[in-house]
Amino acid sequence: MDLYEYQAKELFARHGVPVVPGHVVTNADDAIAAAESIGNTVVVKAQVKTGGRGKAGGVKLATTPQEARDRANDILGLDIKGHTVRKVLVTEAADIADEYYVSFLLDRTNRSFLAMASVEGGMEIEEVAVTKPEALAKISVDAIEGCTPEKAAEIVDAAKFPAEVRDQVISILQSLWQVLVKEDATLVEVNPLAKTPDDRVLALDGKVSLDDNAAYRISSYDDMVDNSETDPIELRAKEFDLNYVKLQGEVGIIGNGAGLVMSTLDVVAYAGEEFGGVKPANFLDIGGGASAQVMANGLDIVLGDPEVKAVFVNVFGGITACDAVANGIVQAVAMLAERGEPVTKPIVCRIDGNNAAEGRRILDESGIALIERVETMDDAARRVAQLAAGK
Amino acid sequence: MAIFLNADSKILVQGMTGSEGTKHTRRMIASGSHVVAGVTPGKGGQEVDGIPVFNSVGEAMAATGANVSVVFVPPKFTKGAVVEAVNAGIPLCVVITEGVPVHDTAWFFEYAQNAGTTRIIGPNCPGLISPGLSNAGIIPGDITQKGRVGLVSKSGTLTYQMMFELRDLGFSTSVGIGGDPIIGTTHIDCLKAFQDDPDTDVIVMIGEIGGDAEERAAAFIKDNVTKPVIGYVAGFTAPEGKTMGHAGAIVSGSSGTAAAKKDALEAVGVRVGKTPSEAARLVREVLAAQ
Repeated sequence: MDLYEYQAKELFARHGVPVVPGHVVTNADDAIAAAESIGNTVVVKAQVKTGGRGKAGGVKLATTPQEARDRANDILGLDIKGHTVRKVLVTEAADIADEYYVSFLLDRTNRSFLAMASVEGGMEIEEVAVTKPEALAKISVDAIEGCTPEKAAEIVDAAKFPAEVRDQVISILQSLWQVLVKEDATLVEVNPLAKTPDDRVLALDGKVSLDDNAAYRISSYDDMVDNSETDPIELRAKEFDLNYVKLQGEVGIIGNGAGLVMSTLDVVAYAGEEFGGVKPANFLDIGGGASAQVMANGLDIVLGDPEVKAVFVNVFGGITACDAVANGIVQAVAMLAERGEPVTKPIVCRIDGNNAAEGRRILDESGIALIERVETMDDAARRVAQLAAGK
Repeated sequence: MAIFLNADSKILVQGMTGSEGTKHTRRMIASGSHVVAGVTPGKGGQEVDGIPVFNSVGEAMAATGANVSVVFVPPKFTKGAVVEAVNAGIPLCVVITEGVPVHDTAWFFEYAQNAGTTRIIGPNCPGLISPGLSNAGIIPGDITQKGRVGLVSKSGTLTYQMMFELRDLGFSTSVGIGGDPIIGTTHIDCLKAFQDDPDTDVIVMIGEIGGDAEERAAAFIKDNVTKPVIGYVAGFTAPEGKTMGHAGAIVSGSSGTAAAKKDALEAVGVRVGKTPSEAARLVREVLAAQ
């Protein structure tokens, strides 16, 4: 889960990374009290989980509380790269003498962690990495040893931080490492890490991604979840504990196992090229060993998407028993009819593997005309694309 | 021969007394594996289907000569279980558990590297099978038979699908390496082992979006693999920034795309199937030409 800037800064403060005071507000009038409590010139910053806020007009200075309200009013509701601004952070405007960059992140390639630091912060660090790679220090950090004082000093010296901030940045790096480890983050980034004219170092912006697998032990995880931008069908799937991603297309997809479902999306998209560009409408993995109920929930979710014209159930039973999958399909059709939402869209099924013969028999004898069974994945993809195209 | 797992492998199951552990222990035995022990702290002295349960991996190894551990413990306890297996010096530890925090995996991987005694496969993987010899994990034992195709895959069900497509040919070993951002055994480790395995004639490598493991595997193939390799990559239609089921399956910006992986593999002469069935067809072509 990616966090908002204000949430990242709350975690920074908790672990001793210096930040400036700020308040997050959801309506412009509340920006007045926020600015008054800070007492100085403030910055009003759009809280969206994407970069480029400044360029999009999402970051503004305000010298009075009234002005803070007006700027908040300008920014709230803005669309920044498809994200609607619903919250702004009103924060003290720090005087900036210099801007640096520091981060820790999961290093998949080396199966460890990586520290990155640069005295050329402030701008897009990806650009620095490409145009001036020597200005971005990259130092590997051992998962067991962590960011010791010696490691922090190594990072600071590799990035050539000036002497007057050296000790402060060494200390900040160690605090930031605590954010990474204690909060189970896969990324902690400060850009800019600013130096003030009186040589204080402050985190003026922050980016944090948390590991969802560790949600159970991250103390404030649930409080930080914000579903205001989550697709409503994805939310409903989450209630059923289903792994669902909404896409833009017409063919509903249900399968078992992440790899097979990804593969199914691809195969349907290829087949769809033949039928006017029909595309998969979603990713839905019912997981290993799914019961009939899980299958029925999945079908309920996918059929609830008004964009879906036809559904493809593609299951290879390893642990999953194909007879349970077939029973789930038949149950879902009956359940939806009982609920007054009878199924009207064709369901193409390809099932192989564990108990496949019994699963096929259940589908063939179900008497449900909308269920069409096809032997292979490729043929089934072609058939469902054809049905979704209305041909 | 096969790789990593053979007829002499003696398997212990960490978490055997749990419902998943018990179920899959029975399935492993049904497909011919020698499961010699279970480990559940506090349940030493019990038995599951006549197999003795021990309190620790060390005790189980001393009493039974086990040399492979299969881990079915819940995510919260996985780090502790793997550390225990490494401390006991078991040569192979197969972590089936899905949902392990990545900081835990990074930590126990480093720990195993430092110890230098234990190969880890997984986490979030189906394990591995050398058909007819042994089966460590949850790959169904009845899809196919012993043969000369070697398979390495990030995905469990695509492993099954490919074994099914080529069931008449059979496999030396199929390794599911797992879909997490950090895994103990990589495509490269398996390619190297298959290259050295006299019982493997052709290698199938299945990848998916996220990270750069396939690109690095391509570089490895160029310099080190002389046996034919057939590739398949899933996730061409995956949108940027969305996790597709596997914790590691995510396109970040322009990196980790399926297209980049396919290009990297094709650039070193690996033929990449557009669909699983096309990849299977390419395997047959390559074998027919040999």
